[in-house]
Amino acid sequence: MIPLGHYLFVSAVLFAIGTAGVFMRRNLITILLSIEIMLNAVNLTFVAFGRQLGTVDGQIIVFFVMTVAAAEAAVGLAIVIALFRHRESLNPDAFTSLKW
Amino acid sequence: MPETLVFYLLSGIAIVASALVIGQRNPMYSVLLIIASFGALAGLYIQLDAPFVAVAQIIIYAGAIMVLFLFVVMLLNAPQEDAADWDRTHPLRRPAIARFGSLLALLLVVQLAWALIRAGGLDAPVAAGAGGAEIGSVRALGRVLFTEYVFAFEATSVLILVAMVGAVVLARREGES
Amino acid sequence: MLALIPLFPLLGFLVNASFGRRLSKNLSGSLASAVMVASFVVSVMAVVDLAGLPAGERAIEQTVYTWIASGDFVLDLTFRVDPLAAVMILIVSGIGALIHIYSTAYMHEESDREYARYFSYLNLFAAFMLVLVLGANFLVLFVGWEGVGLCSYLLIGFWFRKKSASDAGKKAFVVNRIGDYAFVLGVLLLFVRFGSLDFQRLAGLVSAMPAEEGVFGVISIATLLLFIGATGKSAQIPLYVWLPDAMEGPTPVSALIHAATMVTAGVYMIGRNAVLFSHAPETMMVVAVIGALTALMAATIGLVQNDIKRVLAYSTVSQLGLMFLAMGVGAFGAGIFHLYTHAFFKALLFLGSGAVIHALHGEQDIRHMGGLKRYLPTTYWTFLIGSLAIAGVPFLSGFFSKDEILYETFHEGHTLLWLMAAVTSLLTATYMFRLVFLTFHGERRHDGAGHLHDAPPAMAIVLVILAVGSALAGYVGIPHALGGHHQLAAWLAPSFQPPGSAEGIEAAAEAPAVELTLMAVSSAIAIGGILLASFIWLRRRELADALSRRFAAIYTLLLNKYFVDEIYDAAVVHPIQHGSERALWRGFDVAVVDGAVNGAGTIVAEGSGLLRRLQTGSVRAYAGSMFIGVIVILGYYLWR
Repeated sequence: MIPLGHYLFVSAVLFAIGTAGVFMRRNLITILLSIEIMLNAVNLTFVAFGRQLGTVDGQIIVFFVMTVAAAEAAVGLAIVIALFRHRESLNPDAFTSLKW
Repeated sequence: MPETLVFYLLSGIAIVASALVIGQRNPMYSVLLIIASFGALAGLYIQLDAPFVAVAQIIIYAGAIMVLFLFVVMLLNAPQEDAADWDRTHPLRRPAIARFGSLLALLLVVQLAWALIRAGGLDAPVAAGAGGAEIGSVRALGRVLFTEYVFAFEATSVLILVAMVGAVVLARREGES
Repeated sequence: MLALIPLFPLLGFLVNASFGRRLSKNLSGSLASAVMVASFVVSVMAVVDLAGLPAGERAIEQTVYTWIASGDFVLDLTFRVDPLAAVMILIVSGIGALIHIYSTAYMHEESDREYARYFSYLNLFAAFMLVLVLGANFLVLFVGWEGVGLCSYLLIGFWFRKKSASDAGKKAFVVNRIGDYAFVLGVLLLFVRFGSLDFQRLAGLVSAMPAEEGVFGVISIATLLLFIGATGKSAQIPLYVWLPDAMEGPTPVSALIHAATMVTAGVYMIGRNAVLFSHAPETMMVVAVIGALTALMAATIGLVQNDIKRVLAYSTVSQLGLMFLAMGVGAFGAGIFHLYTHAFFKALLFLGSGAVIHALHGEQDIRHMGGLKRYLPTTYWTFLIGSLAIAGVPFLSGFFSKDEILYETFHEGHTLLWLMAAVTSLLTATYMFRLVFLTFHGERRHDGAGHLHDAPPAMAIVLVILAVGSALAGYVGIPHALGGHHQLAAWLAPSFQPPGSAEGIEAAAEAPAVELTLMAVSSAIAIGGILLASFIWLRRRELADALSRRFAAIYTLLLNKYFVDEIYDAAVVHPIQHGSERALWRGFDVAVVDGAVNGAGTIVAEGSGLLRRLQTGSVRAYAGSMFIGVIVILGYYLWR
């Protein structure tokens, strides 16, 4: 019988790790991976709550989150490829044309 | 008792693997580590009476998405975090940033933990909830999915179509029809 | 029917203004004159109707429509003819018609278009003037008041391509405006205090109040403000400065507007509000004093002017001063009497001078005239009659009216004012005959080539008619002392009483002996002035020059009209211009308003310049800021 709080704590830690990764890393792919970590943390939260409240809605939401994550990963990677072709680099700091 | 042990083990793997993911220089290693993390998470899902989600996690996430990532990494021959000219002088490159980031992450965790503690009511054991194992069964899932959430379901399918088209268009070389 | 009186000239204006340039001169001139004659005919009919009514009820009203209906306040566009208005409409339409006929010849050298423009303005002026005198309430009067001011501006500046003319027009308008400002304040004050602008009603309300002794009563202040408006319109001190400059306009305009009609509007206005003014003795005193002062001052200036029209202009100011003097001492009938006779002879004098100028092809300096008696007989004789009338030679019209003013002034106890008026009369006779002698007598000094032709028929007929009028018009006002019945005073008296009071003149204690004595004195003054003038300018011209050299300082002062214009310029005009430029324009408009508007723009530009630096283009910076943002918001909510 694991308390809900434990799950939520794990989820929180994972989320923080993901966020730190988005900020700190200088490789586009790694950044995308960090985003996936964040999404997973959220999924865990949803399932835990769903189980707690005795409803299936939590898992339905996770279902949709996964689908959207898949779509987003696909499109994101396509963008990464296109960017790579331009600059031969995966460093986000290389793309500064939106600078003032 | 064994449950708790399993929980700690799985969550430990998930956390450690994720932490390592963001610390690797080679993105290949990152992908592999994240697959490990996802696996641990799948285990956690099973513990939460969500077998379908666990399997979906493995198949879709670890199996499809991460493989896609691997493809891209290998296709681009993704270089290590490099040391180009403009990179060396970039303000965000300084080591202080890494420390700052970790600090922020720690701060976030502390805040979230505090929020959780303050919220209270989280001591109830999870599995004590009603419904038991029946909740996560395919039958229950399918029934709800195709009745209450059928619109979202259909919309998601359109979304996937759009994403496919978008990915193809974006990744095209210029000049190709 | 009353509405037709101003309506005919208005129609003339509309036709000439719209189609004038396509009409031949004959057509536009005849049309303009015809509508004036029509207006005169209707006026006569109205007056005949009026005379048929019993003396205490002489009033015909016509309401054209309800102009303002706001809550309890209702104001109609109402025309009302009573004895006073009757005199005025006959003068305006009659003399106006004559001057229109005169103008058809005088302005003949203008192009068709300008000719039509001239007549359209002249008709418009007549329409407005008639509205002014027929108005039954202050607002209708004010419409006419402003309208004649506008037409005066248009007509003075008729030859607007000439700078002096357009300047004169502007000057007239601006100075008038100052007076109008005071006038409106006066009207508003009356409205606030009495709640009505109708003349009858106001007279009735005021007559129930006792006369105010101090200066600070509402009626005193209101009438004072109205009088200031009158000084603007009727060229008294301090706002007379526009009238001499107004001579830039065509001579018939000077005759009509600046002699016979518009400038008399102020006198008429006081007469119309006689009850109000009677209840404000302080104001009456002010009116009388200013009238006498203006009369004297203008006469002294007229004595030395060399432009024939300027002399007549200052003469007009001076005679108006006498009219105001009369109104100020309470002799309202006398003032209007003089207004009536003055209209005849002053118009005659101006038109005569116009004939002279016409004959000499534009020469206006009397030092270049002389000996015209031989060449311009009609002009000479009519001019002479007019001069005799204005000088106050016995048994011509001017004698009766001026004499009545002098008598009333003396009789009411204002001896000093009487003295000023008497000196003015002396000067009047003198400068008028100086004008006559220098222009018509002596050697011909005019060096123009060719022979001079006298006035063409249209002009000559008008001159003759006016001369007859100048001689005989006064016979409606023969005073009792000479055995007459003074019909005019009897006719006018009800207009100066509050409505519903007893009819008939308040027979003030008359002193026939005093009156006869004063009459003798005035006659002596008149003849003396003529003799003085003949002595200096007919026999011994060089005496005039010697005198002017001997008293050079005074001479310069008079010639330059006491430098009043220059004083006004320095004291009022330049400070305002300067202040406007420095303070209002540079200080406020440019610095503050433009500064604020431009400043707003600059602030936005600068601000966005600063904000723009947030767009570093670095994705990681954005991610970082999001991260920090999340933590901050989370922390905030946790804190609460």
